[in-house]
Amino acid sequence: MKRYSAFAIAREALRDHMGWTRAWESPEPRAQYDVIIIGAGGHGLATAYHLGKEHGITNVAVIEKGWLGGGNTGRNTTIIRSNYLQDPSAAIYEKARSLYETLSQDLNYNVMFSPRGVIMLAQTEHEVRGYKRTAHANALQGVATEYIGPQKVKELCPIICLDGPRYPVLGGLWQARGGTARHDAVAWGYARACSDMGMHILQKCEVTGVKTQNGKVTGVTTSRGDIGCNKMGIVVAGNSGHLAEMAGFRLPVESVALQALVSEPIKPCMDVVVMANTVHGYMSQSDKGEMVIGGGADGYNNYTQRGSFHHIEETVRALIETFPMISRLKMLRQWGGIVDMTGDRSPIISKTPLEGCFINCGWGTGGFKAIPGSGFAMAELMATGRSPLAAEFGMERFREGRFIDESVAAGVAH
Amino acid sequence: MLLLRCPYCGVDCDETELSPGGEAHLKRFGPGSEDADFEGYLFQRENPKGVHFERWRHANGCGKWFHAARCTVTLEVFGTYSAQLTEPPQDIKDAITAKRPGWHWREFA
Ligand SMILES: Cc1cc2nc3c(=O)[nH]c(=O)nc-3n(C[C@H](O)[C@H](O)[C@H](O)COP(=O)(O)OP(=O)(O)OC[C@H]3O[C@@H](n4cnc5c(N)ncnc54)[C@H](O)[C@@H]3O)c2cc1C
Ligand SMILES: [Zn+2]
Repeated sequence: MKRYSAFAIAREALRDHMGWTRAWESPEPRAQYDVIIIGAGGHGLATAYHLGKEHGITNVAVIEKGWLGGGNTGRNTTIIRSNYLQDPSAAIYEKARSLYETLSQDLNYNVMFSPRGVIMLAQTEHEVRGYKRTAHANALQGVATEYIGPQKVKELCPIICLDGPRYPVLGGLWQARGGTARHDAVAWGYARACSDMGMHILQKCEVTGVKTQNGKVTGVTTSRGDIGCNKMGIVVAGNSGHLAEMAGFRLPVESVALQALVSEPIKPCMDVVVMANTVHGYMSQSDKGEMVIGGGADGYNNYTQRGSFHHIEETVRALIETFPMISRLKMLRQWGGIVDMTGDRSPIISKTPLEGCFINCGWGTGGFKAIPGSGFAMAELMATGRSPLAAEFGMERFREGRFIDESVAAGVAH
Repeated sequence: MLLLRCPYCGVDCDETELSPGGEAHLKRFGPGSEDADFEGYLFQRENPKGVHFERWRHANGCGKWFHAARCTVTLEVFGTYSAQLTEPPQDIKDAITAKRPGWHWREFA
């Protein structure tokens, strides 16, 4: 792999940019790998990356039915934060957030991590109390957050209207080192690093069946032929139920559509991320100047990657109260992704009833922020059979009643 | 937008008139049942890529609960039926078979 650097750009500029090489290889599948990861989204690619980096396992294929990063990883609104309530969540989200800080250097790929700060608005008394509680919990967990009053909110985000007609801004939970990153670049950066370690990224290769022998996984059938493996990781977000069915077990997961939209580009007007959970809307401004807006998820199962229009109306209607200046903006694009929701709104990183088969799913509406930490934990679990970060996220927690309830922290889609 | 016909009042409802109620025909387990049954009832969910059966409520209308048979891949609706039934009626099953030969969902086919 040729390293990217300022020097490389200068050198290529002098020779008509003819020296750049492909960022990752597109090889033919081998008959057998040590590890197969199904799904080349951020979580699958990060898992493969850490299998190689920390555990020296590089005979790995990442199998993707479409193109890498074409699932939710390339469809999300890129909010990164770690101000969750429960200890296991704080641990894995903060691990992820801290890995994001140096991810561009680690991958030698600019993922444009922008720790511009995230405010979660408190717009009811209930939320005020909830966020104060989260701030206290975060202090104990070593996650730097702060409960701020309305004047500080206004200072950080001048375009906010504090005394909106229905939901005045009473305060907020502020995480100064939260922010955003370029979602495609995260997938591309990991893919390039994996390919460089000799791993295979097999795109346009749909897994259509799981092969087993004596209760142990032996491989998969795909649209590009049968591929064998010793271990398999299912990391397919909205398609988790479908893959679990192929592997012969059930999951506490349902797939629903979540949508986002962007406005026409305007001049810089907002340099923090603002989330308004009571009214189900959040907004940030991209480097191109578009206002990036997300809202609530649909309430019924769906695999179409498009959602219901009335959710967009509801989201925009609510945000206009808090940000009156956006009322004249034209919206440019809208899209949907299929998110995998669990009962306690926390992910599953787990062994499964099928030996050799592991699953990482249930990130639902908020897993982009978790990609580096999730990949780290999933790789450790797959390589060694145990990961402290993943320990609480096993799928048996539902049977045992050990929920990691984040329905408040993840109350709105993000 | 999803359109479903309420089997009680016969109205063709827009999705905004309805509340989704999750998986249909769940068998309820209470205190004293096996852990696995209780987990299945409370948390495990069918999440099919294809034919699915759900509960809906005509919330901004007659207020009644009913069942719907739908495809989660095309959003096609095969039919709606009474909430009083413990399994899909034969005409709904036939309508699905006409379009999705060989379908199955839990113990129904
Ligand atoms: C609109 C929207 C906004 C969001 N906003 C945020 C946000 O602001 N912050 C945040 O943290 N999170 C956000 N999320 C959630 C986040 O996008 C996801 O949690 C995360 O991207 C999941 O990554 P993944 O790698 O698990 O899944 P994906 O990126 O979906 O990757 C799974 C891959 O598996 C592949 N696959 C599926 N079936 C098969 C098969 N049979 N064979 C082979 N491959 C298969 C898919 O094609 C896909 O590429 C948002 C999501 C959406 C939809
Ligand atoms: Zn009705």
